[in-house]
Parts: sequence; C-alpha cells; structure tokens
Amino acid sequence: MLRFFLHRLGLLIPTFIGVSIVTFAFIRLIPGDPILMLAGERGMSAERYAELRSLYGYDQPLIVQYFDYAWSALQGDLGTSIVTKRPVLEEFFTLFPATIELATVAIIIAVAVGIPLGVLAAVKRGSWLDQGLMGVALVGYSMPIFWWGLLLIILFSGILQWTPVSGRISLLYFFPPVTGFMLIDSLLSGQAGAFKSALSHLILPAIVLATIPLAVIARQTRSAMLEVLGEDYVRTARAKGMPPRRVIGLHALRNALIPVITTIGLQVGVLLAGAILTETIFSWPGIGKWMVDSVFKRDYAVVQGGLLLIAGIVMVVNLLVDVTYGLVNPRIRH
Amino acid sequence: MPLLDIENLSVTFATATGPFRAVDNVSLSCDGGDILSIVGESGSGKSVSMLALMGLLPFTATVTADRLEFDGRDLMAMKTRERRKLLGRDIAMIFQEPMSSLNPCFTVGFQIGESLRKHLGLGRAERKERTIELLSLVGIPSPETRLSQFPHQLSGGMSQRVMIAMALACNPKLLIADEPTTALDVTIQAQILDLLADLQKERGMALILITHDMGVVAETAQRVHVQYAGQRVEEQDVRPLFESPHHPYTAALLSALPERATKHGRLPAIPGKVPGADDRPNGCLFSPRCAFTTDLCRRSVERQGAEFGHALCNYPLEQGVPRGHPDPEHIGQAMAEMME
Repeated sequence: MLRFFLHRLGLLIPTFIGVSIVTFAFIRLIPGDPILMLAGERGMSAERYAELRSLYGYDQPLIVQYFDYAWSALQGDLGTSIVTKRPVLEEFFTLFPATIELATVAIIIAVAVGIPLGVLAAVKRGSWLDQGLMGVALVGYSMPIFWWGLLLIILFSGILQWTPVSGRISLLYFFPPVTGFMLIDSLLSGQAGAFKSALSHLILPAIVLATIPLAVIARQTRSAMLEVLGEDYVRTARAKGMPPRRVIGLHALRNALIPVITTIGLQVGVLLAGAILTETIFSWPGIGKWMVDSVFKRDYAVVQGGLLLIAGIVMVVNLLVDVTYGLVNPRIRH
Repeated sequence: MPLLDIENLSVTFATATGPFRAVDNVSLSCDGGDILSIVGESGSGKSVSMLALMGLLPFTATVTADRLEFDGRDLMAMKTRERRKLLGRDIAMIFQEPMSSLNPCFTVGFQIGESLRKHLGLGRAERKERTIELLSLVGIPSPETRLSQFPHQLSGGMSQRVMIAMALACNPKLLIADEPTTALDVTIQAQILDLLADLQKERGMALILITHDMGVVAETAQRVHVQYAGQRVEEQDVRPLFESPHHPYTAALLSALPERATKHGRLPAIPGKVPGADDRPNGCLFSPRCAFTTDLCRRSVERQGAEFGHALCNYPLEQGVPRGHPDPEHIGQAMAEMME
C-alpha cells in the first residue's frame, strides 16, 4: 500500500512539470499584452511601456521567463497579480473556499441523487422508470451548462422569484469569514436568516454544477449494478434469506460502487472545469470566475499559477480516490 | 410425512422465442435425514427445480406445483417474507462455483455471521464464537485467522468449505448441494463429498445432492432421482438402481461410467443431446436417443409403478431387457450397440 502510494506520488512530479509548461505557454499564445491591458484606453508612452515590461520581466526570452517562474514556484512563490498587486497564492486561498463550498455541495447532490437513481434503474431494468431515468440522465449529460444555468435562473429567480440571481449571500448580512464557507460562517454568525440566505444563493449554482456528474454517476451506477446483480454471490445472499433491501443495498451495491468511486473521482476535474462556467453565470466569487477574469486581463501570473494549483488539486484528489478504491476493494488492499 | 414433498412441479421461462418449460411435472420427496441425489445431464432442469423450491429464480420464470411442502408447510401459499425466514435457516443451499458464490467485498466471518444474526439473533461475541466453531467443523485450519480473510485469499476447496459452513450456520433441516464439486480439483472433490456425507450423518439433516456424476451418486446417495429434459424419468434406491436400472436413460448413464466400460477401448456415449426449447419430440422425450424406440414411444409414453422405479418408459428394463417390447430381434442388436 505504501509502495503504491509513493509510486503514485512520484508520478505527480512529471505531471506537474507538464502542466506548468502548458499553462505558461498557452496564456502567452493568446493575442494581447498584459501591460497594454493595464494601460487601458488612454495608452502609455513607449518609455513607460519598456520600463514596465522590464519591471515584470516580459522583456526576457521566454525560456528565461519560464525558468524564473518555475524556480520561484518551487520556492512557493507563484508571483503577483499584475492587476491587484496581491500574491497569487493569497488571492487563490481567499477565493478557493467559495469554489470548494460550491463543488462540495454539488458532488454531494450528484452522489446522493445519482447513486440511488442508478440503483433504482438497475433493479427496475427495462421498465418505463428505468428508461425514463436514463433518458433524463442523457439529457442532463448533454446539456450545455451555461444554457441550463440560464434556464434555471429564468425559472426560479425570474418567474418564481424563489432564489436570488447571484452572489453568495444577501448584502444585508455581514460577518467576518471564519472558515470561508458561507454555509458554516452564516450559522456561526448567529444572525437570523443568514443561513437561509446563504443556502438560497448556493442551491441553484450547485444544482447546475451537479448536473453532469449526477448523470454520469447515475448511468455508471446502473451499469455496474446490472452486472453485479447477476453474480453468484448475490444469489448466495438471497439463498441465506437476506431481505431484498440488504441484498441490493449491501451485497450488490458494495461491489457495484468500486467502479463508481473511480467515476466520482474523475468528476472532480469536471466540477472544477464546470465551476468556471457556473461561477461566471451566477457571479459566484470563486476561482473559476477569477480564472476567467484573469484571462481577459492577460494576468499571466494569476492564470499560470491558478491553473497549476487547480491541476494540483485534481491530481491529489484522484490520488486520494485511488487510495479509497483500495479501502472499498479488498482485492487491491491485500 | 416427508420433510420435502413436491408434486408436479413445473417451471416455465418466458423467452424471446416463447415459453420454455425447463421443469415438467416433477414429483420428488425427501425424508428428514435422507440423502437424495438428483442426476441428469446439463439442461435436464436439476438446478432449476431446486432454485424454484428456494424461490431464487428470476422473474421470467413461472413456477406451478400441485404441492410444494417443506416440513408440513405449504411453500406456495406462504408470503415471500415468511418463506425468506426458512431460507438459510431450515433450507440451505450451496452452489457449483464456490469462488464466485462468496461476496468478494466481505470477510468470511461477516458472511457467515450475517445468517447467525438474521435468523438466530446472535450478538457479536456469540457470532464470532459460533463462526469459529463452524469453520473448524468443516475442516478449515486456524479458523480464527480465516475469520477476517476475504474470499480472494481462499482456494476453491476452502471457499466451498466456507460455503458449507455458511449453509450449516443455523442447523438446517435440508441442505441442497448443487454440483458442489464440479468446479474443484479431483482430490478436493472427494474431500468435499466426504465432508458433506459426514456432516449429513452427524447432524441428521436431509441432503439433496444435484450432480451429473454417477460416481458421486454411488458413493454418497441413498435414493436417486434421475431427471431428463425437465422430467423425472426414474427414481430408485441407489443399490437397485445401479444393479438394475429400469429406464434406458439411466442404463445408458451407468454404462457411460468409465469403471463399467473398461472392456471396450472406447467409453460409450449417449448419441445426441438433451432437446432444447425448439426440438422437443412428441411422446417420450428420450425417444430420439433411445435404442429401443418404437412408434408407440414417438406418440406417447406411460409412467410405470414403483416396482419399476416410476420409470417414464413404455418398455422399462428388467435386468437389462425391455419388458413388453414388440420386436425382440431388434433388442439384441440395440443392446449390443448400447454397450459399445
């Protein structure tokens, strides 16, 4: 187990190097110049331009810039935002809790709804319920996130007026951040209605973000269950007189979950990618929106640093999922 | 009163090409403490009839019976929930593939303990104690360590022993063993059969042994029920059956035993195969493969009385000679062919 873990940890190193090169190169491939973007419409003199370029090191050859960046990154310094003048790392950790909160609620919704639906569809295989559920899952999977988000906003925020359109909490509430998670902080603040406000802000973006993972998890659960339900050990459990609930929910599901857990792990990447669109639609102040804004401003340091951190998180989560996999599947553990 | 009493059990599967009758009016009874063996080729409905008894068939199967009684209780009239209480407690079953019959995600101890908790309501400590007891009963060395092991850490023979321990957990009155040795090595086969026979004797439970191996039958069974294409074709005690089979199918199965065919260079085989859903003949289902078939057999077939082992045959064999066969000359030739 330890060997496996160290081996996987070792594999992260080349992946990190690859990600750093790709993000460094891609942001520079987009037309536009960060310094001219800073200048805005009034423009600036050629001298000032050259001065700023050398200040930020953009006059150096690309290869030198890359190694400068890589060297400071290794020392834990991801540079400073050219726009806000704050360190990238600091901005990241200010905004990241908002994204984690959104993504966590989304994955909870996706798992809590997706797995039971998949099990139900498998048990009622071929029925109208099965076909209906899987049809809806396919639609959910295929739906463009930004369009689906707008539809929900029109319905729930526009027509029904049930939820606010954007933000994390109503401006009427103010309390200092403790954990960075609005749901928890609002509870801790003790202010009446704060939690409800935070929840109503969160629910729509979370549903939108959960849609694709939910569909994927439901379909994967269904097919894994179908396979497992035909196994001999399921018959053994029934021959022991176990009630259907236990046969399906324990004996079969435990085996079916093995491939589903891998799928859930892969959804973390999908969630962070989806967060970019979802946060932009709902003006959710997380790292997805931060990335989009920084790309528009050609804030090189933020884009390359932020993407590196996001990639790191995805890799670590996938590693954790592989470890969990061993916990669920005894054949790997031993 | 027999422990298990089945009369005219039929199982029909709904298939894409129409209904298929896998078990056709099978009657069978088994007394407490008896060993009954159900013999037949693959596809003769041996397993299906027992799975029907257990209520383990898929929903595409329709089960009908004039009587399906266990220990004096009518299984057909029972609610599913009530019937489930019998399963694993009074009736237990072990299967052909021990390795895949154990759940790979749970420890041996958990899988045995589960029955103990469900049916006997034992607590954690009692379950552990009883499980260790069961494991040593089925001949598993160092049961304490096996308890926390997973099925993939066991060999095939060990797995089958665990299955047997699991089946015995609640002291069942009837144990159904569905080809329990087919997937095992020959040396292990004998051990498992001996174990089953010993346990049966010790605990006085009834044992139904499903097999296609006449050698296994000879070693273990008291009564033998021969099934062909879903029908019971003969039923006798084991000794008379081996001495004087009444149905030509039984006779052919016996002559296919290697021990009985050493005189000739080649092992005799029964030509053809068990009829499937589409090629069921009229009259006697064995007629296309039988050496003594007449026109009468192709039209209809009659069941004989107990003196001829309830044989489903128009001309039951009496010391190898078909009784009442209209064409004696043909018989000699046919018998010679059969023995080749």
